[in-house]
Amino acid sequence: MKIRKNIAVSDTGFLFNPSTGDSYSVNPIGMDIVRLMKQNKELNEIKQAIMSEYVCDEATFEKDYYDFSMVLRNYKLLEDE
Amino acid sequence: MSKKIYERPIIRPLNTGMMNKFGTRTEYLPVTHLDGVSVKSLIKQYGSPLFVFSERQMRENIRNAKRTFETRYPKVQFAWSYKTNYLNAICNVFHQEGSWAEVVSRFEYDKALSNGVPGDKILFNGPDKTDDDLRLAIKNNSPIHIDHLDELYRLTEIATELNVKPRVAIRVNMDTGIYPMWDRFGFNYETGQAWDAINKILASGKLDLVGLHTHIGTYMLTPSAYGVAANKMADLALGIKKKFEATIQYIDMGGGFASQNTLKGSYLKGSDVVPAINEYAEVICTALLNAGFKNNELPTLYLETGRALIDNAGFLLGTVIANKRLSDGRKATILDFGVNILFTAFWYDHKISPAQEFGMHTEDTVLYGPLCMNIDVIRENISLPPLNAGDQVVVHHTGAYTITQSMQFISMRPAVVMIDETGKPHVIKKKETLKDLEMNEKMPEHLHQFKLT
Ligand SMILES: Cc1ncc(COP(=O)(O)O)c(C=O)c1O
Repeated sequence: MKIRKNIAVSDTGFLFNPSTGDSYSVNPIGMDIVRLMKQNKELNEIKQAIMSEYVCDEATFEKDYYDFSMVLRNYKLLEDE
Repeated sequence: MSKKIYERPIIRPLNTGMMNKFGTRTEYLPVTHLDGVSVKSLIKQYGSPLFVFSERQMRENIRNAKRTFETRYPKVQFAWSYKTNYLNAICNVFHQEGSWAEVVSRFEYDKALSNGVPGDKILFNGPDKTDDDLRLAIKNNSPIHIDHLDELYRLTEIATELNVKPRVAIRVNMDTGIYPMWDRFGFNYETGQAWDAINKILASGKLDLVGLHTHIGTYMLTPSAYGVAANKMADLALGIKKKFEATIQYIDMGGGFASQNTLKGSYLKGSDVVPAINEYAEVICTALLNAGFKNNELPTLYLETGRALIDNAGFLLGTVIANKRLSDGRKATILDFGVNILFTAFWYDHKISPAQEFGMHTEDTVLYGPLCMNIDVIRENISLPPLNAGDQVVVHHTGAYTITQSMQFISMRPAVVMIDETGKPHVIKKKETLKDLEMNEKMPEHLHQFKLT
C-alpha cells in the first residue's frame, strides 16, 4: 500500500490531493501514518513507530491500520496496485 | 517520555461549500455525567443499555410550564398524559407537582387509580372504552371525553340505566391550517358535527357536558395553530352559553407541544426551530382571554402536555459493540441498543454524545443497533469521534414514548433508573428477565417433551 506521491501533507492536519483538488482533515495519528507511508514504510515499521509513541496494542493498531487504508483507497489517495 | 493517548486514525473530506453554519462540534462534546452521576458508574452498576431519567429536569419542566401558563391565564390544570411515559415513578413526579392524569385505555386508567389519582381527576380519552370502562368511569366521576357518536349513544343508554348524569366532554377535531389534519378522533368543527353532538347532549339532558377537548396533533412546530384551535373551542363554548344558558367548565387543549428533538430530514436542529413553551402559552391564553367570556365564566384551561415535559429528562446509555467498514466505504458502528427500545429513532435524528473525552477529529458514521435486521438503524449519518468497542454513548431526549412503545425483540428491555434531586440513582424498573418474558406463556401437555437424535 503506497500513498500517491503528489499528495501534500500540512503540519496542521490537512491533506491535499492536487489531482482532484480535494482536501481532507486528518487526526494526529492519521497524519503520522500518512507521513510514514510517504516514506514508503511498510506495516511493521509503521506499527513499531506508532506503538513507540502511543499507548496501543498490536491487534488494535493493525485492525485500525487496515481500516484506515481502506478509507484512503476509497478516497483514491493510494497508488493503484 | 510518557506515551500519548491512542486514538483511531481518521480522515475526513473537507467540503467547505457544505459546512453546516452552526457547526457540529456540540453534538460530539462528551457527556460524562448526568446530574452529577458518572455515566460509567451507572452502566457499571445497572448494566448497558440503560435508561436514565432526571427527576430534577422533569420537575423543572413542569414547574416552568405551569408558571408560563399561570402567569398568562387565571385557571390552568395540567394532566399527565400517561401514554407518553407511564412508569409509575415518572407519573408520580408529575402528580406530586399537581398534575392530574390523562388516560386513553383501561389499563392506563387503572394505573392512574392505583397511583392514587382520585377518579374525578382522571381524564378518560380515547376511542376504545368498553361498557365496563364507562361504568367504572361514571362510578368514579371521571370526565369522559367522548370520541364518536356510537360512544355518545352508548353512554347515554348506560346513564339512563344507572339513572346518573355522567360528566362528559366531547373531543373536537378541526382545521388549524396544519397538514395532516387529525380528523379521525372526535367530532369535526367545520362540518358542524361537533355542534350537532353538543346539541344532542344538551337536548337529552342525560349527560353533564362539563368540557370541550381537542388534541390537534403532536410535535406541533407552529404555535399559531393553537390560537386557531383555542378560538374555535371558545366559539363552541360561547355558542353553548348563548343557546342553552349552560357554562362549560373547562377547555382542554390536549398535548402536542414539540420537544427539542430533531425531526429526520430537517436541516435545522430541533433546538433551533422548536418553539419555547411560552410561545404556545401566549397564543392559547390570548385567544381564550379575548374570546368574550364573562370574567366569572372563564373556562379552566386543561393541558395534556406529554413529550415537551419529559423528552429532555430521559437519556439512553449504551455501549459500542464493534466497528465495521461498509462496502461503500462508510464507517458503521454497532451499539448494544436497537430500535426495539428506541422506537423514536424512526422519526428523530437523536442527538448522541460520546461518554468519554476525545480529540478534535470526527468521522461520519452509521449507527446500527444489535438486532439482526435491516431496519435497526439508530442514526443514518452522524459525525462522531472515533469510538472503540467498549466505549459508551449517551442518547439525548429519549424520555417520551420510548419506554411505552418499547418491545422485547431479540434483546430484553433494559433497566430504568431515576436520579433524584440529590443525585442519588434509584431503579424504577428492573431489567427484564426470561422469566418476565415467559410469565404468560402456557405449554400444552402434548408439547412438554421431545427427543432429538
Ligand atoms: C389525547 C391526547 N392528549 C395528549 C397527548 C400527548 O401529546 P404530546 O406528547 O405530543 O404532548 C396525546 C398524544 O398523542 C393525545 O393523543
